[in-house]
Amino acid sequence: MIEVDRAGRSFTVGRGSARRTVHAVRDLSFTVGAGEFVGYLGPNGAGKSTTIKMLTGVLAPTSGRLRVAGLDPTRRRTALARRIGVVFGQRTTLWWDLPLKDSFQLIRYLYKVDRIDFRRRLDELAGLLDLGSFMDTPVRQLSLGQRMRGDVTAALLHDPAVLVLDEPTIGLDVVSKAAMRDFLRRLNAERGTTVLLTTHDLGDIEKLCRRVMLIDHGRLGFDGTLDELRATGPDGDSLEEVVARLYTGSAPGTPAPP
Amino acid sequence: MEDVFLLYARIAAYGFRRHSAYRAAALAGAFTNSVFGILRAYVLIALWQARPGLAGYDVTDAVTFCFLSQAFIGPMQVFGGGLQLAGRVRSGDVAVDLLRPASLQLWSLADDLGRAAYLFLLRSLPPTFLGAALFGIVVPAGPAAWAAFAASFTLGVLVSFALRYLTALSCFWIVDDQGVQSLSLVLTLFLSGMVLPLNLFPGWFGELTRTLPWAAMVQVPADVYLGKRDVLEALAFQISWAAALLALGALATRAARRKVVVQGG
Repeated sequence: MIEVDRAGRSFTVGRGSARRTVHAVRDLSFTVGAGEFVGYLGPNGAGKSTTIKMLTGVLAPTSGRLRVAGLDPTRRRTALARRIGVVFGQRTTLWWDLPLKDSFQLIRYLYKVDRIDFRRRLDELAGLLDLGSFMDTPVRQLSLGQRMRGDVTAALLHDPAVLVLDEPTIGLDVVSKAAMRDFLRRLNAERGTTVLLTTHDLGDIEKLCRRVMLIDHGRLGFDGTLDELRATGPDGDSLEEVVARLYTGSAPGTPAPP
Repeated sequence: MEDVFLLYARIAAYGFRRHSAYRAAALAGAFTNSVFGILRAYVLIALWQARPGLAGYDVTDAVTFCFLSQAFIGPMQVFGGGLQLAGRVRSGDVAVDLLRPASLQLWSLADDLGRAAYLFLLRSLPPTFLGAALFGIVVPAGPAAWAAFAASFTLGVLVSFALRYLTALSCFWIVDDQGVQSLSLVLTLFLSGMVLPLNLFPGWFGELTRTLPWAAMVQVPADVYLGKRDVLEALAFQISWAAALLALGALATRAARRKVVVQGG
């Protein structure tokens, strides 16, 4: 469902003599099969968001190639948008000044969702995510947890085969977090939606992901099951300790010369 | 095709509704525009009494021009801004917009037309009626003249959008758009005819200002309203600039998609 083949993305930053090239992602390769639930971990600045932007066609890779749902993201961005759902936990796709249900209507037009399918899916999602009480509330008045549930609904209204989540539980309280996780687990198990999840919350990983990939300095540092990840550290270590060791231990290569 | 039209029509309708959430701000704008209209009208009356027939206008034409230009401020966003895009590029939220299966430019345009329609009702009509009541203004004769003005006004909004879109898009390349914003503000104020009718500017400078795109925003629609300009020639002038600037915006959008870093995380 997702194929990444030696993808790289570099940026030129600064100007004049301070001009240099930063490799946000380099030589990254992995595949994700249909129906997988994969956690994508990495310290801040490791290249996670850059990867997600390449997978969704927002950024073109500077080297290598990617395929998502059978499409080249950069070339077929619009077609791809109809097959994937994306949630950026720190941003919103909803219209700030409009009632939540109006955002969903716009998304129906945007993604050309058939009226009957739309009604059915919205009812289903509204039930599962408990949106009923704030459908008529302008988005700017929603709590973070409500807004996030709205954003997840928005990403799923067109029934995408792949769901990409960038920190979907950030800032949520324990109850909202548990509800969100429960929903995502069911979505993956019952609908077979492929999920790629980026998070700093290892609870998300433990509760949801069978497979974990870890990126650091733009390269894949680990790719395996949750148990294999645990096995990289001494027995009795928490997942947090294991991951922290991998983050700091994976030798920080000096930034490549321009 | 029909779907696409429906989508953008919806976005325009939502743009209208979105702005109606800020009714108090719009009414405050209408009040300010009206008060400044009165002040400017007295200045222009003094000027035209000293120099009757200046720029081919009589006193009533000049007062009409004054209140029309005040009425254009809201819908044509003469003082700049009006688009959320600049802020979204700066914060990185534009990543969400770029994900959508829609054209960023058409999307912004539809939203902006909704905004303009709302501000037309709340910020254009009050100063115009006030000017008419206090000073008396020119009223176009007959439906053809009104239709010509409606077309010219809409094209003015279109040119205004195209210019503001380019300004907002500059945020993709430069971190802070305040410099571009203030440059754009000065150019728009003086070259649109907002401060003084462009017909007042003499010689080659006057000629130049009347051929630049900003003239399509205030001067040309006002002249069409006043019946001072050949309608077809005026509309052709506006259409050319709208097409050229929108095409430039489309190219810039494509370049932005290709090259540029989306800020933050």
